[in-house]
Formats: sequence, C-alpha cells, structure tokens
Amino acid sequence: MSDFWIILTGCLAAISCGLLGCFLILRKMAMIGDAISHAVLPGIVIAFLFSGSLNSFPMLIGAASFGLLTTFLIELFNKKGGLQKDASIGITFTWLFAVGVILISLYADNVHIDQDCVLFGEIAYVALEPLTSLLPGISAPNTVWILGTVMILVIAMIVFGYKGLFLTTFDPSFAATIGVSTVAWHYLLMSAVSVTTVVSFESVGAILVVALLIAPAATAYLLTDQLPKMLIIAALAGIIASIGGYYLAVWLDASVAAAIATVLGIEFTLVFLFAPKNGIIIKKFIK
Amino acid sequence: MWLFDQILEFFSFQDINIRYVALGTVLLGASSAIVGCFTFLRKKALIGDTIAHSILPGICLSFIIFKTKDPLMLLLGAMVSGWISVYLVDYISAKSKIKPDTAIGLVLSVFFGIGILLLTYIQHSGNAAQAGLDKFLFGKAASLVQDDVITFGIVSVLLIGTIIMFFKQFSLISFDIHFAKTIGLPVRMFEILLSTLTVLAVAIGIQTVGVVLMAAMLITPAAAARFWTDKLKVMIVIAAIIGAFSGLFGAFISYTAPSMPTGPWIVVVLSFIAIGSLLIAPKNGAISKIRKQQKNKRKILEDNILKLLYKLGEKENDYFKNRSITKLKNHREIPENKFLKGLKKLRKKNQVANVNDLWVLTEKGKKSGMRIVRIHRLWELYLTTYLRIAPDHVHEDAETIEHIITPEMELKLKHLLDFPEKDPHHSDIPYKKDDNE
Repeated sequence: MSDFWIILTGCLAAISCGLLGCFLILRKMAMIGDAISHAVLPGIVIAFLFSGSLNSFPMLIGAASFGLLTTFLIELFNKKGGLQKDASIGITFTWLFAVGVILISLYADNVHIDQDCVLFGEIAYVALEPLTSLLPGISAPNTVWILGTVMILVIAMIVFGYKGLFLTTFDPSFAATIGVSTVAWHYLLMSAVSVTTVVSFESVGAILVVALLIAPAATAYLLTDQLPKMLIIAALAGIIASIGGYYLAVWLDASVAAAIATVLGIEFTLVFLFAPKNGIIIKKFIK
Repeated sequence: MWLFDQILEFFSFQDINIRYVALGTVLLGASSAIVGCFTFLRKKALIGDTIAHSILPGICLSFIIFKTKDPLMLLLGAMVSGWISVYLVDYISAKSKIKPDTAIGLVLSVFFGIGILLLTYIQHSGNAAQAGLDKFLFGKAASLVQDDVITFGIVSVLLIGTIIMFFKQFSLISFDIHFAKTIGLPVRMFEILLSTLTVLAVAIGIQTVGVVLMAAMLITPAAAARFWTDKLKVMIVIAAIIGAFSGLFGAFISYTAPSMPTGPWIVVVLSFIAIGSLLIAPKNGAISKIRKQQKNKRKILEDNILKLLYKLGEKENDYFKNRSITKLKNHREIPENKFLKGLKKLRKKNQVANVNDLWVLTEKGKKSGMRIVRIHRLWELYLTTYLRIAPDHVHEDAETIEHIITPEMELKLKHLLDFPEKDPHHSDIPYKKDDNE
C-alpha cells in the first residue's frame, strides 16, 4: 500500500505543477516559477512558527503571500529600479531564500524543517502518515488529501477560467481591450503557483518542484501547438514520471523525488530528439 | 560593549580559524563578484544558478568512478557537468522553440534531480567515505580550513589574472558581440573561456554558500555596482569591494553567533547593499529617478499655467489683468489644488503676483509665457511645413515638445522657418522686441 500512496502523491503534485507550468512557460515566466518555489521558504517558516505544522491553513496563507511578494518585488526591481529581468529574479529569490534559511537556524528549536527537505523533500514520508477519512469510505494520508484538494482547485481554475487565462497568455493587449484584467489573472496564477509549490514542498522540495513545473510543460510544448492538448500531455508526462521515478528510486535505493526529476529529464530528451514535428533528429531526416 | 569586544576580537584575527574563514569568504566574495560582472552584463544573470545546480551530478559521478574525495577530482567532475549544462541551455534554446528561461529552469532542475539521485544512491550504498559530499548542497563556510583558503587563493589569482589578461576581449563580447564578430574576434572561444571561469568560480564558491545562494554571489554585487557607475572597470572594482565586504560581514556574524549560517548572511548583506543602491544611487537610483520625474511634472504644470495666462491676455488684449482660479479652470482642466500649487511656485520665482485671490502675470512671467506659446506655434508650423502633417493633428505633439525645446533649438527653428508671423491656425507667433536680430 505504501507504494501506492507514494506514487499517488507524486502524481497529484506532478499534475498540479504540470498544468500550471504550461501557463508559466507560455507566458515566458518559467524562472518566476523557480523564484517563487525558493522564495516561499520564509513564509513557510513564519507560518510554521504560528501553527506548528507543515499541513495547515496558515501555511498556505504564509506561502501565498510570500509568493505574491516575490512577483511584486521582481516587478518593482525591474520596472522602478531599471534592473534587467533575470537579475531581479536572481536577486529576489536568493535574498528571500537566505532569509528563510536564517529563520530556520534562528528558531531551530521550534521549527522542525530539515535542511535536506528544503532542497529535495522526502516523498516517502507519506507512507508513514496515519490515514484519515475525510470522505465516507475513503481513507488516505493527510498529504494526499491536501495535494488532491489543490489539484482539484487548479483544474477548476483552468476549466472555469480558461478564457481569461488563454487570452491573457496569448494576447494580453486584446484581453485588456475587451476588459479582461491581465493583472488579476497574473496574480491569480502566481497565487496558484505559490500554493502548489508549498503543498508539494514537503514531498519534493524547493528545487525539484521546479522540475515538475517546467519539464512536463516543456515536453508537451514540443509535441503540440494547442493549449488543451499541451495541458493533457503535460499532466500525462508528470504521471508517467511519477510512476517510473518511483521504481527507479526503489531500484537504486535513492531519493524518489530526484528519480522523478530524472525521468522527467529523460522524457524531455526523448521528445527533444524524436518528436514528430520538432524533434531535432526527425528534422534532420526531413532535410 | 559586548559588540565592541566581539568586533575587536574578530578583527584582531588572533584566532587562526577566524583568519581562514574571513580570508576565505573575502576571496570568494571578491572573485565571484568580478566574474559575475560579465555574466550580469551579458544578460545571463541566471547562468550562475544553472551551473550551481548542475555541478552536483558531476561531483557524484566522479566520486562513484574514482572512489575518492580528492578535491581536484571532484572539481574536475564539477567543471565538466557545469560546462555541459551551460552548453545545453544554449543548445536547447537554439535548436527548438523552447525559450531560454524555460531551458534554464529545465536544465538546472533536471541536473539537480540527477545529482540528488546519485547523492542519495551513494549515501545509501553504505560507503563511509561519502560523508561530507553534502557540503556541495548547503556550503560549509564556517568550517573553512587552511587548504581551502589556499585553493581559494589560487583560483582567485587564476580568475582575476585571466580577466585582466583578456579584459578587452571580454568587455567587447559583453557589450557588443556583433561588433566583436565583425572585427574578427574569435567570439566563440572567449565565450567558452568566460563560461569556464564562471563554472570555476561557482564550483569553488558553492562549497561555501551552497547551491541556491551561489547565484547571488555572482550577480548581486554586479547589480549593486551597476547603479553607481557606467564604467566597466569601476563597476568591477565596486562589485569586488561589495563582495569582499559581505563575505567578511557574513564571517563576522557567524563568529559572534555560531548557530548562524555564514552563506545566507553573506547573501542577506549583499541583498541589502543592492537594494540600498537601487534606491539611493545618485544617477540611476529609483529615488533620484522619481525626483527627476516630479521635477519634470512641476515644470510642465508651471509652463501650462504661464501659457494659459499669456493666451488669456492675448485674447482679451490685457496681459496684466487679475484673474481668479475659477476663471482659469474654465479654460484648462487642471484640479484647483494643482493650480494653487503651481501658482505659488511661480510667485516664488517672481513670474506671477497675487492680490487677494486673484492672480496676475509679472513682466518676467509674461516673457516666459510668451516663449512657451512661441515654441508651441513654431513647432506646429514646422510639423505642417516640413513633415506635411495636417494642421488639426499637430497640437498634441506641440503640447509635449514645448516643455523640452532648448533656446538653441528654438533659434534653429526660427531661422529654419524664417521668423514666420502666423502659425497653421492663423494665430500670431509672438516675438520679443529684440528677437529679429
């Protein structure tokens, strides 16, 4: 049963991240996703001090607010400070991450966040959690409940907000003319990324969540030009990597999250080389 | 007094460990800042982040293959995989429709994943010799020893020496790569050399500050220095000083409070310097920019009021009539408080005077108002004559340009148009008495 919970946790995180990642890379914001996933650390620590646990409502608030603060600071340094975009991303997230690490050392007695966990998480812990039954007839570990809820919220946001997300992604000026607020959708998306990052944090850590955000989306991007197909392919790529990664990790006796990232890398490499239209080897043959 | 004692004790460098830690962090801070200036200027600020995450698989592989923790072998592995990651980012974004920032995020997270996979594999395989490999993840600045400092020293000399030797070439490819290509510089070679220097700086620095924060050691000092100067040489020196100072400060903090991590403190100090520079730097800082904007806005408001008073005078054939703000408001949509603010400023400059609540131009104010109206009408005429723009389309443009044109440009316009009398809307173009000379 523990295999099942670990794989399910991986899949749930991978689906949420993969779907959001599609919008990130289409909006040329891949590195902002990276920045958010690091910069929520101080938010997590502060929320931990208040609530004493990683799975809690204050945690989501803390994380979401630091996620929004990150995007806000990046924009501020970029627009008001005249700092180039990539530099403002780099400065913002390293600074907030450093503050997070300092807070962890400062409150080491009260905050039980493992340093390793910050970087690459420990998905296998999900198998050790007691099962709770929130819906009749279904009992699952807490992490699965939380990741499942977030995944449903992310899917709901994309389904019901599809038009707004689509327009603000591909044609922001047209969206603005017909009265769709690009700013509102931008910050909604960023909040979703922050929350997803945080709930995935314990399982996959700050850096590997970036792999889940970007790699499936990039893989899907090379396979199709249509957004709905891209979303589905990204989710599938995440699911395949979660299953494959788990067995790779068992075989090597190594970190599951790292193995998932590795499989995502393999998926991307295969698509990069052999994709029907965009693969570089295929392109050579056509020539 | 406690703090003072601590400072004294720290800076006396009596304790041999302090000496190594301080020297190590200073060397690291300065040399990574110097290399970082070039990555920053080449708009590749996040390449340091990519390299930092990507050297892990190389380190683990070289440990698995050579079964040794010999720093040189590990460094070799780190260099190879760091270098491959830089190449891959370029390759993926050049050969597919994937954008550069996506390529960076992809490469760094997947390489790091592979690195962690190998690292956990090594840790679980029961090889006792592996202990300490994880310093490449988090950095261990507080435990720097003599050997480390010697390595840092050698690498710093190597980095700085190479940069001095090829300074001209490096600045060329940083500022104008196309020009560099045209004059036959082997651009690719120098790019590779610069990447190699960056990889080297990262591979050394990461052992001190860890994977995530290494990016800051490269770009934050450069970004801070950029606000203070436009000259590359000065920028490099400032960046190096900022890097060195932050290194020293980080070492000092973790000396006074041993539970405090050195690397994050170095980065926090760096960030504060950068944000401070962004705010207060005299020419490029945000505050001075905002000041400049406000000054411009004030000038535009004052110009508009003078122009309005002059035009009213022109219409009613009485330039020195007292007029109320209510009346002025009928002719131009400016909020009342703005009117009052502008008028008060103008009174200080002796351009207007007021009696009770009524305002009137002074002789000086009339001249200024006349000049703005003159420039406005000259410009309208210039646009219709030389650019063949319809007369009903030129007003907006003239509204903007009237605040910008200098006396020299005005003179040029007058000569170009040969001191015309009427603008395209048949209004008189007003001149001073001595204007025709």
